[in-house]
Amino acid sequence: MIRCEQLTHVYQRGSPFAATALDDVSLEIRAGEVVGIIGATGSGKSTLVQHFNGLLRPTTGRVYLDDVDIHAREVDRRRVRQQIGLLFQYPEYQLFEETVTADVGFGPRNLGLGQDEVHERTRRALAHVGLDPDAFGPRSPFALSNGEMRRVAIAGLLAMEPRMLILDEPTAGLDPRGRQEILDYIIRLRDARGLTIVLITHSMDAVARLCARLVVMDRGRLVADGPVREVFADPARLAALGLGLPQVAVCARLLRERGVPVRPDVLTVDEARAAILDALAGR
Amino acid sequence: MDLLRGLMLGQYVPVDSPIHRLDPRTKILGTLWLVLVVFGIRSPAGLVVLTAFLAAVLLVGRIPPGYALRGLRPVFWLVGLAVFFQVLFGDSGGHVLVRRGPLVITRENLVAGAFYGYRLILLVVATTLMTFTTSSVELTDGLERLLRPFRRVGVPAHELALMMTIALRFIPTLLEETDKIMKAQMARGAEFASGNLVRRARALVPLLVPLFVSAFRRADALALAMEARCYRGGEHRTRMKELRVAGRDYVAAGVLAVVSAAALLPVALWRVG
Repeated sequence: MIRCEQLTHVYQRGSPFAATALDDVSLEIRAGEVVGIIGATGSGKSTLVQHFNGLLRPTTGRVYLDDVDIHAREVDRRRVRQQIGLLFQYPEYQLFEETVTADVGFGPRNLGLGQDEVHERTRRALAHVGLDPDAFGPRSPFALSNGEMRRVAIAGLLAMEPRMLILDEPTAGLDPRGRQEILDYIIRLRDARGLTIVLITHSMDAVARLCARLVVMDRGRLVADGPVREVFADPARLAALGLGLPQVAVCARLLRERGVPVRPDVLTVDEARAAILDALAGR
Repeated sequence: MDLLRGLMLGQYVPVDSPIHRLDPRTKILGTLWLVLVVFGIRSPAGLVVLTAFLAAVLLVGRIPPGYALRGLRPVFWLVGLAVFFQVLFGDSGGHVLVRRGPLVITRENLVAGAFYGYRLILLVVATTLMTFTTSSVELTDGLERLLRPFRRVGVPAHELALMMTIALRFIPTLLEETDKIMKAQMARGAEFASGNLVRRARALVPLLVPLFVSAFRRADALALAMEARCYRGGEHRTRMKELRVAGRDYVAAGVLAVVSAAALLPVALWRVG
């Protein structure tokens, strides 16, 4: 669906502040995949995904959407952005309308849809993130809690009805319950709508819960790309990159060090539960 | 910063050089003096002297020439306008090059236009050299010290300097924020660069509302942080880095004096020399 070839991006090229944010990154994301992107702060994750919907132009290299170069002259970048929804970090800071309904409707209105269609999509999008359109619709987005504001922002993207959703640290700065809720809604989107999802996060637990494939970035380079289990199988390398393991994987390792022979590749709580029961039964 | 790259002019270049190490007060007063000199120059030879001097400062200050030239781009149309008006509305008389109806172009006016235009460029170079080689903190420090004598007549030197520091500090932050919000709204299908004036003005609402909200939030956080550090204004404040005039500042002043004398010399003297 999205394919990047030898993508390089240099910020402020030609000035004393020039900084290479992406260095020769090639990557393909197929329709229906759920991909996690991890990496230390400043490793180029956000820069990379901003190329997916054409917000940034590569310094060198190409980006293809369904085998069409998105920077070709005849391509309407707005159409690209409609299909590839990108949720920025702290998306609640982009809210501006007087009511939640109006704000969520901003995207569909920009698509030039009719009033009824905008209304319909707005209600659907709000329901998708667990906000009652009748109760929340008429309220001011600035009067909501942080978690609710963020869900409104996500609804604003969903109302565009994209085929692919890119989420840049969607749980940053939320309390545990807020984080949990956002993750649950993302899982529901994945299961109910079969959306292609790209998730940038610092939470290894979120990655383990949501994603099948994991991409690791380090200082602008793509340093690992594979099934989640495979990437997590090398904790020493991840630690060298400033990254960790999901909490249950750490827990399993500690158990093994204490002599409980738990399977080494557990990633989620359910797996861990089964593995620990197996280990105890076998002893 | 991608969408707003054109706005980054006159930005501090963080390298170490003799020019960077000068006392900011020397640089501020020197720049003011240079502005006066530029306006006082009457001969092309003076322009040559000043150009050579500024080029030397650029070199000693280790500013990449390409970077300096790029900073000039926005003023070129201004220079063009100045030349244009001089050519069209300057004194009549002199050697006529083109005459077409009411349009008369004389050689004298063309030369004068180029002369004024070039002076304008020198003016901009002289002032940007200061911002290239002086960080905003140094700049406001110097300004505060220079204004201190005027406190007695009611000039709030410290407060002015603080306001400037904060404003300068937040320009890049707000630019970055603007860039981010623009991108976020573009991801929702907003368009900032197309349509007629009314449409474009309306397209700014989704940008300005979040920007103001965030500016107020930042101001709030800053005020809180300052109070938490017991900030109470300028009285009895000491500073970590006291500004001190050093030998190099006298050298710089001396060089500047000689250069400006040479640049201001009447044309007649240049011929004799």
